[in-house]
Amino acid sequence: MPEAKPLTPERVLEAYRTVLRARALDDRRFVLNRAGKLAFIISPRGHEVAQVAAITALQPGRDRFCLYYRNFAAALACGFTPEELMLAAFARAADPSSGGRQTPGNFGSRRRGIVIGSSTVGPQIPKAAGIGLALKWKGEGALCYVSFGEGATSQGDFHEGLNFAALHRCPVIFFCENNHWAISVPQSLQVAGPGVAERAAAYGIPGTRVPGDDFFAVHATVAKAAERARSGGGPTLIEAEVLRLQSHSTDDDQRAYRDPVELAAEALKDPIPRLRDALLQRGWLSPEIDQTMRDDVNREVERATEVAEAAPEPEPGSLGHHVYADA
Amino acid sequence: MLERTLVQAVRDALYEEMERDDRVCVLGQDVGLKGGVFKATEGLQQRFGAQRVMDMPLAESSIAAVAQGLALEGFVPVAEMQFADYSYPAFNQIVNEIAKVRYRSNGDFSCPLVIRAPTGGGVRGALYHSQSPEAFYCHVPGLKVVLPSTPADAKGLLKAAIRDPDPIIFLEPKKLYRAERQDLAQGEAALQPLGAAAVVRQGAHLTAVTYGYMRAVTMQAAARLSPDGIEVEIIDLRTLRPWDVETCVRSIEQTGRVAVVYEANRTGGFGAEIAAELAERCFASLDAPVSRIASPDVPAMPFSPSLEHAFMLNPDKVADGLRRLARY
Ligand SMILES: Cc1ncc(C[n+]2csc(CCOP(=O)(O)OP(=O)(O)O)c2C)c(N)n1
Repeated sequence: MPEAKPLTPERVLEAYRTVLRARALDDRRFVLNRAGKLAFIISPRGHEVAQVAAITALQPGRDRFCLYYRNFAAALACGFTPEELMLAAFARAADPSSGGRQTPGNFGSRRRGIVIGSSTVGPQIPKAAGIGLALKWKGEGALCYVSFGEGATSQGDFHEGLNFAALHRCPVIFFCENNHWAISVPQSLQVAGPGVAERAAAYGIPGTRVPGDDFFAVHATVAKAAERARSGGGPTLIEAEVLRLQSHSTDDDQRAYRDPVELAAEALKDPIPRLRDALLQRGWLSPEIDQTMRDDVNREVERATEVAEAAPEPEPGSLGHHVYADA
Repeated sequence: MLERTLVQAVRDALYEEMERDDRVCVLGQDVGLKGGVFKATEGLQQRFGAQRVMDMPLAESSIAAVAQGLALEGFVPVAEMQFADYSYPAFNQIVNEIAKVRYRSNGDFSCPLVIRAPTGGGVRGALYHSQSPEAFYCHVPGLKVVLPSTPADAKGLLKAAIRDPDPIIFLEPKKLYRAERQDLAQGEAALQPLGAAAVVRQGAHLTAVTYGYMRAVTMQAAARLSPDGIEVEIIDLRTLRPWDVETCVRSIEQTGRVAVVYEANRTGGFGAEIAAELAERCFASLDAPVSRIASPDVPAMPFSPSLEHAFMLNPDKVADGLRRLARY
């Protein structure tokens, strides 16, 4: 069994750079949205640290990933480039996930093991159980990671997926990014019981709740689940508590249904400064390096935007391609 | 050569394909030790083991989803839905996920799998064991839909479906599971191509396009018209998506009249699509409006024998419809 790579300062800094990339991309997408250039954005703002910490504990290239639409930071951590994500945002032909067919956020790349996503909430959960079963049959020690919001845990597919993976000890990590809101519906009207993690007990698998702004805690939790999955121990359910620092999407305005005092308080709890402070405290990062990284990332995103905006749209003649294998 | 019923033919196809390719696996409710409620998977688990022939939890969405996961990883799953009526809990997985994987990913992913389900009525199954859902699945680009009516076709088409690179809904008319026996070819010789209709009765006066159990009913109806000098040409589509328009058009150009005979509810049934397409393609050859002979718009046959009888098409009802068309 190959060991999980140790969490060296270099790897943590690389993860931090990925977090910064996700945020810079997000900032840029909102500017482009206000300029009328991008139609629709789903923001990972508040989820980035949890997403990147989780993926950093896994092995892109070996493992499978069933991501959901809010996983922009996770997609970067899995190997997507800012340019590729911008190509999707502009719905260009060269969007590697779907060639501009799906809304941005439905990530997919076979060679990277990222299973094409869909806009429906929940179907990736039992699908991941099936992929986990296949990986178990193949016996190569790979696992399947699947992420979703707490709203998705109301779906029958969540329960069917957990039940199946638990029955067959499939190597699956169920990763819930609980931002406590499903569009305008709060967790208290969505999830019966204390939360998501407790539901694992019903399926006889471990369930853990972890603060999603704590990079090291999320990483350790996912690493432990990965070890369990790879050694035949079966699935784990992880609930990372995160913040939704933006509205659900650009078609939504959360000020219409959320308490302004709470929103203001949450804005002060942005997980990115917290991660930066943790790195500064450990002496792994200096303010100068931080600034250099931010400048680099901003330039990268700027270049990605230029390339993507100039890239050609899909050919109208390709509308009927890939419906069936022979067309 | 072996004398086999349709359900035995299904089982033979599974057996042969599992022998040929060890990526082929079977999953569904009760498919293991019991061999399926209709015995379509009988003995497969004993031969191929509990991994390749897997009893699934009673959860259709996960049956479809797990099959999809296996297909995405290079296995060739054949999932059984115990009754076609119970594929509806898996509808989202089938139409939103499985059917669209290739398109959504711009060809990067594909999902070759087969979902088998007993379809149709006439076996005292009542509302939830008698429905004909083919129109729902035929409506979805990305899916192929197969609906055989003989043991030889069931075997040959299922083998072809398992080898096909696209996801396939394979509907088996349960009324025909044990209706007749045929000598079946084995191995490669048994294969039947998808998408090809068969002219199963020749006739000069009108064309009946049909599939599934209605093929047998239409054959009997045609026999009743023969003494009156009305000869019906009968086309069994065998595959509904893609369906063989050309064979139908050729026939209608000779006969000038066409009826579509289908067991599903009339409104929006797949027969309505066939009728529309043939009306468009054959307008200049037609001597009468394209007609549909279908089941009434009630939610499948009720349990009581009198109501089941009232629902089901039978040779009398079909003969009446064909006669009306011939006289138009
Ligand atoms: C089956 C389904 N129903 C409704 C929707 C519309 N919808 C999109 S996201 C969403 C809320 C999901 O909330 P949650 O799972 O908590 O994830 P979050 O967006 O908060 O990250 C809804 C209702 C959908 N995509 N799929």
